[in-house]
Amino acid sequence: MKVNKFLVGGLFILAAVVFLIVASSQANSEFFMTVDELNVQNANVAGKNLRVSGAIIGSTIQYDAQTLTLTFDVAHVPGDNAEIEAQGGLAEVLHQAVIDPSRSRISVIYVGPKPDLLRDEAQAIMTGHMGEDGIFYADELLLKCPTRYEEAVPEQASSN
Amino acid sequence: MIADFGYGILVVSLVVALYSVAAAAMGVINKSSPLIESARRAMLLTWPLISISALALIYLLVNNHYEISFVYEVTSSSMPTYLKITAWWGGQAGSLVFWSWLMSAFASLVTLRKWDRDREFLPYVIIVASITLAFFLTMSVVFENPFARLYQTPEGIAAHTFAPANSVVFTPEDGRGLNPLLRHPGMIIHPPMLYLGFVSFVIPFAFAMAALITGRSDDRWIRITRRWTLWAWLFLSFGLVLGGRWAYDVLGWGGYWGWDPVEIAAFMPWLTGTAFLHSVMIQEKRGQFKQWNMILVILTYALVIFGTFLTRSGVLSSVHAFANSPIGPFFMGFVALTLIVSLALLIWRWPELNSETEMKSMLSREALFLLNNLLFMSVLVICFVGVIYPLVSELATGAKVTVGPPWYEFSTSPLFAMLMFLMAIAPLSSWGLSSQEKLSNLNKPVLGGILALPVLVFAIFWKQLTFMIGSWPGVVIALAVILAVAALMYIFRKLIWLAAVLAAVSTVYLYFTYTQNIIALIGFFLIVLVLAVTIREFWRAVRARQNSQQENFALAFARLIGRNRRRYGGYIIHVSMMLMAVGILGIEMFQKETQGQVAAGEALTISGYTVKFEDIASWNNPPEQVNYTRAVVGIYKGDQYLGQLYPRKDMYFSDRQMLNPTQPMSIPGNFSSFKDDLYVLLVDWEPASASGATFKIYVNPLVNWLWIGSLLFFIGVVIAAWPDKEAEYATARVRNKAYQPSSAD
Repeated sequence: MKVNKFLVGGLFILAAVVFLIVASSQANSEFFMTVDELNVQNANVAGKNLRVSGAIIGSTIQYDAQTLTLTFDVAHVPGDNAEIEAQGGLAEVLHQAVIDPSRSRISVIYVGPKPDLLRDEAQAIMTGHMGEDGIFYADELLLKCPTRYEEAVPEQASSN
Repeated sequence: MIADFGYGILVVSLVVALYSVAAAAMGVINKSSPLIESARRAMLLTWPLISISALALIYLLVNNHYEISFVYEVTSSSMPTYLKITAWWGGQAGSLVFWSWLMSAFASLVTLRKWDRDREFLPYVIIVASITLAFFLTMSVVFENPFARLYQTPEGIAAHTFAPANSVVFTPEDGRGLNPLLRHPGMIIHPPMLYLGFVSFVIPFAFAMAALITGRSDDRWIRITRRWTLWAWLFLSFGLVLGGRWAYDVLGWGGYWGWDPVEIAAFMPWLTGTAFLHSVMIQEKRGQFKQWNMILVILTYALVIFGTFLTRSGVLSSVHAFANSPIGPFFMGFVALTLIVSLALLIWRWPELNSETEMKSMLSREALFLLNNLLFMSVLVICFVGVIYPLVSELATGAKVTVGPPWYEFSTSPLFAMLMFLMAIAPLSSWGLSSQEKLSNLNKPVLGGILALPVLVFAIFWKQLTFMIGSWPGVVIALAVILAVAALMYIFRKLIWLAAVLAAVSTVYLYFTYTQNIIALIGFFLIVLVLAVTIREFWRAVRARQNSQQENFALAFARLIGRNRRRYGGYIIHVSMMLMAVGILGIEMFQKETQGQVAAGEALTISGYTVKFEDIASWNNPPEQVNYTRAVVGIYKGDQYLGQLYPRKDMYFSDRQMLNPTQPMSIPGNFSSFKDDLYVLLVDWEPASASGATFKIYVNPLVNWLWIGSLLFFIGVVIAAWPDKEAEYATARVRNKAYQPSSAD
């Protein structure tokens, strides 16, 4: 057996996989940012694919059913799960974010059907880019509500 | 009472499992066959025990014992009985018991087989299976007790296994109920299917470890577990497909697969399992790849445990995070421990597992199988990198970077393309032969010309191609795939030219009638190529049989498959994969969507379809605490009336008065044909006015072939895995060793 031949072949495949991962990362990766970080590094994020999480402020939701244009503001929530847990869980963090007027906020525009779960104090996870007007243009909008189905423990009970 | 009984039985089964580990280990050390027999009987006892415990749990679920925390969480009075039973695996605590139950069933089945020739394997198989079982039972007994009750104490209400001081049992009036998204037939069988797949991969692993410990370097362990592996693979594959179908029917985003971390967690053992299924054939036929097969089976086992952990731990937020828990570190510890121990065993036996024959040619069948394995491993590496990407990027650069479906599609699609091409040429290659013996010598100028042509075409149309594909790496990758395919087709030209001409003609036809997208055209070319080669293999073999056996076509066809189940079952699986590829290409490349608000009588149009909004109605179903809103739309293709669709929005409530909405659910109306699916979602509506409703409409071309392919896939695997005594004799060995007939399993 000519080991070298197979070794070269193996290295070639390895190089191809690395190339695929690197090339794909350049074209398709998304930078996960919080609203705070977005507002701080406004200049650096132009043209990048961003993934932003924030708490929806219910009073700002507007929906134009003719053009399917949805606008709303989101307030800053921490990006780290451990930090969210430390502050009393997702529901509490979202609630605090919405009632605290000093939190940084951004406006969001999304074109599409109004999602089922869109409401005050829901968590929005948005993929898109920052416009030059300081508005976040979302291509994709995922919503999470801490409903009774998603929390493992009922309000009146806590796990041992 | 019932709960205490169920919990007690669970503890007893843990003790029995631990005893079986200890007795088997002692039996080996003392060379005592009565002790090993005792371990075997203990192993057999676990299944009835866990079944009793499970029945106790089902009794509690069905009879609304909401003082049990698990029952409270997954059922409610409004749920029908069959859903209360299937709620067994609707939450973390129950699904761990379900896992243990399946594990003990499979371990019992395997200990019941005839062990005459493989006595020395028995204690080690028992040890590995029982340790795995004991681990899962420990999780249930210590951390995730499904029988834990809710207790009221001065500090509040909490779930406890044993009553804390100063407490009374707390019984809520009603349970929270199973998430409505999970109340779907697909979701009722999807988790058990996946779990069946996961659990049955433990058996090949157990035998592999037994082979390593006993130092049997032959392929006996592979022969014993071959069918287990196939069934495991079938269940896992079907679990994946059912999950996709559920997403398509229920989640209402017009797709079936989102490269969600949890989906990938179930996909990764499938990848190693598929590689394993292929590479064991080389060990059987040629005595090569022994170390590699060990690595694959160890990896598959680790990924199975890892997958169970990911799907049930909630560490990764995803559509699958229906359950949360604190058991993550223990799962990771168990995975790490099994990896270390099994890899240490492998390193110990490494020199004894050297190949019996040499790989002579880069174009022999075993070399192509090796390439197939490397490609599957490459897909695995990409999936793994994608899952850990956010963690790694945060450590390396401080910025949290995530990757989504486009990332996975971009980086895996060239590998899938190469795998498809291998499906076309591997059946044409031969075991062990060098290229000189079978294939004609290369004509270098001709090969150079064949390779230069695509390069030239790509150079000339660089700009247009970059625009079409979207990025320059994509163009480079498309070119690389074309070059690799062209070079190999030239080398195999004598065998493949007919299929290649057919594929080329089909591709040109599709170019003028269906699509100019180069990625899609590469895909369709490969699909036709594989189908043509595979069908020709069937055709040739059937004709040969007709001539030699004087049988008619149908009889020859049936007997051909019956006598070579593994081979032709495998080819049927290849064909089914190509049908699924048609569906995937269709929905991925050509999905169209539109959305809009229309008044009654108005219509939306998309891809030649007209969707006319006719009516809408809303009503309550108090017993199930759900409100249905159903729209009626008429659909037309051109002027031709096709029928009506009923897209629906269900809103679930937490109370019988229907005041507190909890979970909405969009059920699409779907008009399905071989050509495409018209997938209509009701998005929004004006309750009391005529201004109408908002719809989102997808046209998903060819997606039906995905489901048709998966049915054929099922048939193919069943043919390949069907118990059959003759098949073992039929797989004659090519290697220079005395041929030993072995009994079927």
